[in-house]
Amino acid sequence: MLQIKTPAQLEEFREGLLSKRDPNKPCITLCSGSACHASGSTEVAARLEEELKTQGLADQVDIRRTGCHGFCERGPIIVIHPDEICYFQVQPDDVAEIITETIKGKKIIERLLYTDPVVNEKIIHESRIPFYKNQERLVFGSNGSIDPKSIDDYLAIGGYSALSKALTAMTDLEVLGEVKKANLRGRGGAGFPAGIKWEGSRNAPEPIKYVIVNADEGDPGAYMDRALLEGNPHCILEGLIIGGYAVKANEGYFYVRQEYPLAVINILHAIKEAERYGLLGENILGSGFNFKVHVHQGAGAFVCGESTALMTSLEGKAGEPRPKYVRSNVKGLWERPSVLNNVETWANVPMIINKGADWFTSIGTESSKGTKIFSLVGKITNTGLVEVPMGTTLREIIFTIGGGIPGGRKFKAVQTGGPSGGCIPEDKLDLQVGFDELTKAGSMMGSGGMIAMDEDTCMVDVARYFIAFLTDESCGKCVPCREGLRQMHRILTNITQGKGKEGDIELLEELAETAVEASLCALGKSAPNPFLSTLKYFREEYEAHIREKRCPALSCKELINFYIDPEKCRACGTCRKQCPASAINGDKKIIHIIDQDKCTKCGTCFEVCPTKFGAVTKLSGVPVPPPLPEDQRTIKKKSKENE
Amino acid sequence: MSDIEFEIDGKKVTADKGMTVLEVARKEGIYIPTLCHHEKLEPFGACRVCIVEVESRGSTRLVVSCVYPAEKNIIVRTRSPKVDRIRKTIVELLMAHAPDAPQLLEMAAVYGAVPNRYEKDPSFCIHCGLCVRYCAEVAKKHALGFVDRGVHKEISFIPEIAAKECHACKACFPLCPTSYLQAVFVLTEALSFPDPAKTK
Repeated sequence: MLQIKTPAQLEEFREGLLSKRDPNKPCITLCSGSACHASGSTEVAARLEEELKTQGLADQVDIRRTGCHGFCERGPIIVIHPDEICYFQVQPDDVAEIITETIKGKKIIERLLYTDPVVNEKIIHESRIPFYKNQERLVFGSNGSIDPKSIDDYLAIGGYSALSKALTAMTDLEVLGEVKKANLRGRGGAGFPAGIKWEGSRNAPEPIKYVIVNADEGDPGAYMDRALLEGNPHCILEGLIIGGYAVKANEGYFYVRQEYPLAVINILHAIKEAERYGLLGENILGSGFNFKVHVHQGAGAFVCGESTALMTSLEGKAGEPRPKYVRSNVKGLWERPSVLNNVETWANVPMIINKGADWFTSIGTESSKGTKIFSLVGKITNTGLVEVPMGTTLREIIFTIGGGIPGGRKFKAVQTGGPSGGCIPEDKLDLQVGFDELTKAGSMMGSGGMIAMDEDTCMVDVARYFIAFLTDESCGKCVPCREGLRQMHRILTNITQGKGKEGDIELLEELAETAVEASLCALGKSAPNPFLSTLKYFREEYEAHIREKRCPALSCKELINFYIDPEKCRACGTCRKQCPASAINGDKKIIHIIDQDKCTKCGTCFEVCPTKFGAVTKLSGVPVPPPLPEDQRTIKKKSKENE
Repeated sequence: MSDIEFEIDGKKVTADKGMTVLEVARKEGIYIPTLCHHEKLEPFGACRVCIVEVESRGSTRLVVSCVYPAEKNIIVRTRSPKVDRIRKTIVELLMAHAPDAPQLLEMAAVYGAVPNRYEKDPSFCIHCGLCVRYCAEVAKKHALGFVDRGVHKEISFIPEIAAKECHACKACFPLCPTSYLQAVFVLTEALSFPDPAKTK
């Protein structure tokens, strides 16, 4: 059994690995993260192996199943090294052609390339694609080049060299000092400086301490932690061991949500591999430092991402936050000093140790250093994971990298920071992303969720949606959160249904104040943000719903009506045939009419009416014009009318 | 060893290490309202009506006094416009469940809470947890607990334990501010371990 006992042995082993790897040998990397798995990458992988075998290339070409590359919109993704040829949306049936044409014949398959929508040009190399080109993938970048199940892959890219440096060339205090100096702030939401948190634990008198990875990622639409856990588990593990050394903890935990099965598998595998290599366990690399790691799966509660609730849950109790005014880095898990950091925070640690705090602080803004991974979803052309330096503007992220809003629609707002974040309007798009910058704008960094919204999105409904999510996820312990959110949700629902009353906004503001000021934990304290930020920037939408019973975005079902413009209807019958409620009357050459009593407002007619007619419209806040008298509904030929 | 000196509502007070602000206030006869607090039980920090303002080193923040530890030189204010506003809202929210609970009516009068401000809810439990915690911490029977989460959270007896222990105890009954506990007990009893004398 291989056991690496000294830093020298580690380097020797690494060199051995590299010498056996031919950089010119073709290697097909295939994204096998959860998103690509869902779009069929497992079948593609099977076909690749089969095809290489039948074409007699099994030992001449490597296949590497990697973690998420981030461009999930276009998965499954294949990159062929060393030429870095990048194919998107690869299906099993494309595989044979890829092997024959590209691997054997060195020819590019145009069809599978990315087309730049602006200049309408095909792009061959991954790094030239605008989505990737404008990112800075310091933490996330290795995902595309390593097999998360292979510790050798991680070692080959320099893995565990930071651990080796920390344990043998630095004292624990020096490691702590470096992280403090780097001003690494928590990537989980609050942005608390990790170094200061670590120092608090280190200085706490209790001798048994813990370090914990918060992998209970639960924000709707956010999956950057999942991508790291699945794609590069060793990087997080290495950061955790270094953290343990710095705070004098000999035990660490991964608290992973149960809904991330692949992450759990990969982390468990990584721990086993690291133990087998002697990078985890007793006397790591001959330093005298001992460290062991456990994995705990959550049971499906969003609130368990909150530090004290997570620790209560780790102890085996119901996941509810603790009311005590004691920081968990001093009294946390089993009343012992416990450092809890988010997945991405831990993943930054090896890099800081390797390259130094001065390098790290050269990236980012005054108060937010390094990069941040954002999960870009919603009404956006390029859905995916995006890593950019702190200080990048929202405009660059959404338009340059994200490719803007699809379907020719207009951008309206971006929701950042997860459910308890806020919505930022268009005139704030030049805001630089950073912890304090986003908070100042009424939103927050959160864990990095970013949901783009277009003009068809109703901001009152957005607030209702997020408050509904949080009401559902409240643990129910304290009154301001449990009862306050319940009532906020009711009032917001009423407003979106046209049942809003004068005074509702003020009532919501009162409930928001109570939740912000008096809730037990951060979930309740930040829960009113979706309401407060949409009220701040889109107050007129609230007023239109309440006073005019009008939804300006034409989105709230109860406040809109579908109407066929008799001037535009050409009686093509498409809407009539597809209406699931049989609510449309009409016939050949007879202008179509929607029976408002039967209409369920599903929107099918609006979707299917040919663009060249555009006869179906949405009305809100105005009465539906009465239908034409039956004798006037016959469509006469235009030419005749002109005569 | 009353070594911690601080101020509550302008009055100099002293505390032993480990005491909470609420304990000190009670000792000094200063009124702070509570719903989920009980002397014999661990602080729960759930109802939040004991919220007070604490000024420390120049900055003021809101804390719940049943949990907040007494600290040297802090200045505690048990009432302020904001504190009163929050207590009013909390009482109003709870009155959506238990509009006629005596404790709530009393507090409503002090803080000007308006009953019927919010849409009513069918359950009159206010989740103070006194019954659950008393049974666990003092009676040490664990005959009832909380089930479910958030707005669906409710108290529930464990029939197997309740059938054996509750008739002789019922120490939690007088603790319930809304009588919901008694209702739940009667229901559990009727469904799971009916009294043979009654069913005849």
